[in-house]
Amino acid sequence: MEHILSLLVFFPAMAGLLGFLVVKESIRAYGICVSAIEFVLSLILWMVFDTSNPGYQFVEFFPFVPSYGMNYYLGVDGISLFLIILSTFITMIALIGLSIEKEIKNLVITVLFLEMTMVGVFVILDVVWFYAFWELSLIPMLYIIGAWGSANRMYAAIKFFLYTFSGSVLMLVGILYMGYLYHDATGIWSFALPDWYALQVPFDAQLWLFGAFFVGFAIKVPMFPFHTWLPYAHGQAPTIGSVILAAVLLKMGSYGFVRFSLPLFPDASVYFLIPVAIICIIMVIYAAMIAYAQEDMKQVIAYSSISHMGIVILGTFAMNGEGITGSIFLMLSHGIVSGALFMLVGVIYDRRHTKMMKDFGGLASVMPNFATIYGIMLMASVGLPLTVGFVGEFLSLAGFYRINWVMTLLAGTGIILGAVYMLVLYKKSFFGEVVHVENKTLKDLNAKELSALIPLVALVAILGIYPKPILTTIDASVEKMLVLMDQKALQDKTKELLMKANTIGGNH
Amino acid sequence: MSIVLAWIVLLPLCSFVLLGAMYLFSITQRRIEQRYFTFVALFSPAVVFVLGLAALRELMLRGHALHYRAYVWLHVGDYRIDMGFLGDKLSLFMVFFITLVSGLIHLYATSYMNKDEGYGKFFAYFHLFTACMLLLVLADGPLMLFIGWEGVGLCSYLLIGFYYQNNANVVAGNKAFIVNRVGDLGFLIGLAMLFFYGQSHDFSYETLALHIGAVPSEILTGIAVALFVGAMGKSAQIPLYVWLPDAMAGPTPVSALIHAATMVTAGVYMVARFHFLYDLVPHVGIFIAYIGALSAFFAALIATKQSDIKKILAYSTMSQLGYMFVSVGLGAYDSALFHVFTHAFFKALLFMGAGAVIVALHHEQDIFKMGEMRRVMPVTYATMLIATLAISGIPPFAGFFSKDEILSVAFGSGHYELWLIGTVTAVLSSYYMFRLFFVVFEGTHASHSEVHDVDWVMKAPLIVLAVGATFAGFLGLPELFGGKHLIGEWLASWRREAFHLSHVVEEILIALNVVAALLGIAIAYRKFRFYDRRVAYKPEGIVYRKFYVDELYDVLFVQSIQRLSRFIAETMDKKLVDRVVMGMSRGFVAAGTRIAWVQNASVRLYAFIMIAGIGAASCYLLAVLR
Repeated sequence: MEHILSLLVFFPAMAGLLGFLVVKESIRAYGICVSAIEFVLSLILWMVFDTSNPGYQFVEFFPFVPSYGMNYYLGVDGISLFLIILSTFITMIALIGLSIEKEIKNLVITVLFLEMTMVGVFVILDVVWFYAFWELSLIPMLYIIGAWGSANRMYAAIKFFLYTFSGSVLMLVGILYMGYLYHDATGIWSFALPDWYALQVPFDAQLWLFGAFFVGFAIKVPMFPFHTWLPYAHGQAPTIGSVILAAVLLKMGSYGFVRFSLPLFPDASVYFLIPVAIICIIMVIYAAMIAYAQEDMKQVIAYSSISHMGIVILGTFAMNGEGITGSIFLMLSHGIVSGALFMLVGVIYDRRHTKMMKDFGGLASVMPNFATIYGIMLMASVGLPLTVGFVGEFLSLAGFYRINWVMTLLAGTGIILGAVYMLVLYKKSFFGEVVHVENKTLKDLNAKELSALIPLVALVAILGIYPKPILTTIDASVEKMLVLMDQKALQDKTKELLMKANTIGGNH
Repeated sequence: MSIVLAWIVLLPLCSFVLLGAMYLFSITQRRIEQRYFTFVALFSPAVVFVLGLAALRELMLRGHALHYRAYVWLHVGDYRIDMGFLGDKLSLFMVFFITLVSGLIHLYATSYMNKDEGYGKFFAYFHLFTACMLLLVLADGPLMLFIGWEGVGLCSYLLIGFYYQNNANVVAGNKAFIVNRVGDLGFLIGLAMLFFYGQSHDFSYETLALHIGAVPSEILTGIAVALFVGAMGKSAQIPLYVWLPDAMAGPTPVSALIHAATMVTAGVYMVARFHFLYDLVPHVGIFIAYIGALSAFFAALIATKQSDIKKILAYSTMSQLGYMFVSVGLGAYDSALFHVFTHAFFKALLFMGAGAVIVALHHEQDIFKMGEMRRVMPVTYATMLIATLAISGIPPFAGFFSKDEILSVAFGSGHYELWLIGTVTAVLSSYYMFRLFFVVFEGTHASHSEVHDVDWVMKAPLIVLAVGATFAGFLGLPELFGGKHLIGEWLASWRREAFHLSHVVEEILIALNVVAALLGIAIAYRKFRFYDRRVAYKPEGIVYRKFYVDELYDVLFVQSIQRLSRFIAETMDKKLVDRVVMGMSRGFVAAGTRIAWVQNASVRLYAFIMIAGIGAASCYLLAVLR
């Protein structure tokens, strides 16, 4: 058990290397098997995970460049645990639903490498390694979009790569400076996150460092106004690329905020709280309105992702247990729901080779199973209670209410706009008469698609009805982080705000 | 034993899943015969009704509320929220009439929806609705209530757009869902405030009621208003009522169950449920009462000019809901709930009677194309007459007692203007209801071809409901008539203060009410008793056009948001935000091209740069080392 994290990180990559030896005909089955084993491994991790311990578990430590404090340092806590499971789960589902025939061997191997980088980002505790995994995750995605995308794929792929890459370069500068600060303060080099947590960074330095990390994370999330790469990437990416991009890669950015920005720079986080919240509100409303104006089904979902990520970040910056736990839960639920929605768009794209809503209409009578699953996912996306979407959204908003009620109200308009664009999408594509002849003979979901989608539907229902096990585990680690933030805070204003955010009606 | 509460919710939920799976199987794999659907569709409501009675009996035996906690739903930060069910006098009272009316409507619907392609789907949605509605009333805390609240909204959306091939129905469904979402946002904000200030770690009504006194009063006002915004949406009050008339696009049993008897009263129930909160902020109550009174009057006014039978009934529902809000606003929650109770009977009956007429006339909904239906369908005629008398407030029918009670509360509270609006509305109500009745069932010179009466499966529920519409009022017989106000006693804790009126005043009020109702009937009689169907009726004017509110909302909210969205998508995002980014990247490229000129393979240039560099470095060193 002590090496389970290393196994989780490197198993898919190793299996991917071996995949070169597998014949083309059986590579899909091979990929599904590998990702299923990986998923089971991550479930085992959850099973042996001690939920009463909010700290890092299964820690692995090997000196790498000890003189400069760069080590191979792994660990998992409640915050990262479920994101790991999300990554392995979505990879498995995406491979099950894979319908591409062209160069499938390369594709499956690329996806397995991508899985390594995703899991790596979430389990690594050494910041240099974190940066390495963070950047490495770009390459498989670049390849997926560039090689299997649609007509304008090169533009989208390069835009995706350069945009996110330039953001992370700033983050690298921040990392190096932070390492230097640590050395300055303690006399030893360390890039271990838990070490950095212990360091009180001077306020001015915090502001700069927060900014550097912010750009890196904000582009990944993506936050307004750094979001324009996302619609292109989704527009051109193949289904499997969109699913993984929306479900997992975006979460790296929001994970970064929880893992780095808040605990490392508590004062700066509080200092920049209102500007960040304003960006979030703009994101929520702005992206929702763009989504409403789209003609292309996939673009609607792409923009809805941006809108939902706005609530995620808002919840993170609520600076209290409800908000942050809620936002992490919302990351998971958004991963499941947006992954499923992109997959559903892929289903219809495979059949009709178009994503424009005007080319559909009346699909509910032709493809009832498809329409049902789509409807369920849509309701989850809208945040209907007892689906997975509600809990995170409610907790994030309720958490942020303590910071500022006007902003919460504004961000809450997202739930109205969300209903608007989603219902309009559903109306245009599924309701009405079947007007196009091509649509009259469409086949409903086949066994492969059903086996990819039904687990997602099940999760939407189960986590909506019984979210407690996940929430409790996340919450323990979040509370620990909040205590850390409070201890580290330099300024009285920060402490005051943390106090206010974590108070219910006068009681701490 | 209190687990029965969970089963009341769970059973319809299970039958929803079963019916849904059967339906999907039936249309994709192999056809399942309709009678199997019918069996499930009727079995579950019957059992749920019995379970409801069992819970009621248990409550009476125990004398205190049943409470069943199924499991912990959320456990975050300081909160631990259970999936809990509360069976107290209020919720089981609601369960009683919801399951009763819903059972009858299910029976009716098996005939109404007979041979429909979506038979199974219809009942699946119906059962989901029943489950959500029962969860709404049985919830032990506001968050659970919200689950039911959203669930019934979803079912309403699905059932309004049931015949989705017709675009208008889908638009109506979307409208209902989106307008309700506006209300829900208010409700959610209210919940977030309660969450923050309520100091209740399990977020149940019980602990909220305990701690509510400690909350500052301006916050309480905020919470009360925010929650009421939710009720405005769900119960179709001004200004969020616009979805209800359009919601009539759904099949008639849907209108009867969801948009008349049960879901739309959820707002009233919610306010009554939060009585501990609303008791502390009577000024918000006055606001609610005014909204209610205005909605009642406004809707009644519009109803007088409409010609679609279901729309008239929809406006009438909104109007009656207005009465209920007058009553809850003034703190007489029990009177409001009494009206909810009687209203469920006569309004469901009116819709189902209307549905029978619609079916008999092959889906004709314009009342001026009906006429003389009494000859064709005597049972429907008789039951509709009872319902119409009940809603008009003619004694001894059910609506009389409850409406009279609300008006005496309004009078007794000293808000005479509310009472006046209520009484004027009563004249309008009896007028438009009898206008409908006379035009549809009486009149002259109707020439229908191929009209047939409906079958007994549809008529039987009408008769049962007619009995209810006749006698339900006696459960709340006022003392004046020597009766015992059973409902008032049962819901005694849901009354803020008693308004004592002397018997003389009460008698005068009753007389006035009856006069008001008779006045409305008389006008309707004069104008429409002998309505000649050959004369075309062309309604015109601002009232018929519903005061152009729909058009106004369309311009204000729909079109403006559409335009703004298009502007943001096409201009802002593509031409501004993305262009800046791409401009930056082009800037890099341009700068790169310029600088690349340096590497032009000219050795002389390289040598020059080298020497210049050495020179500059030497100068620098000289300057530094000197």
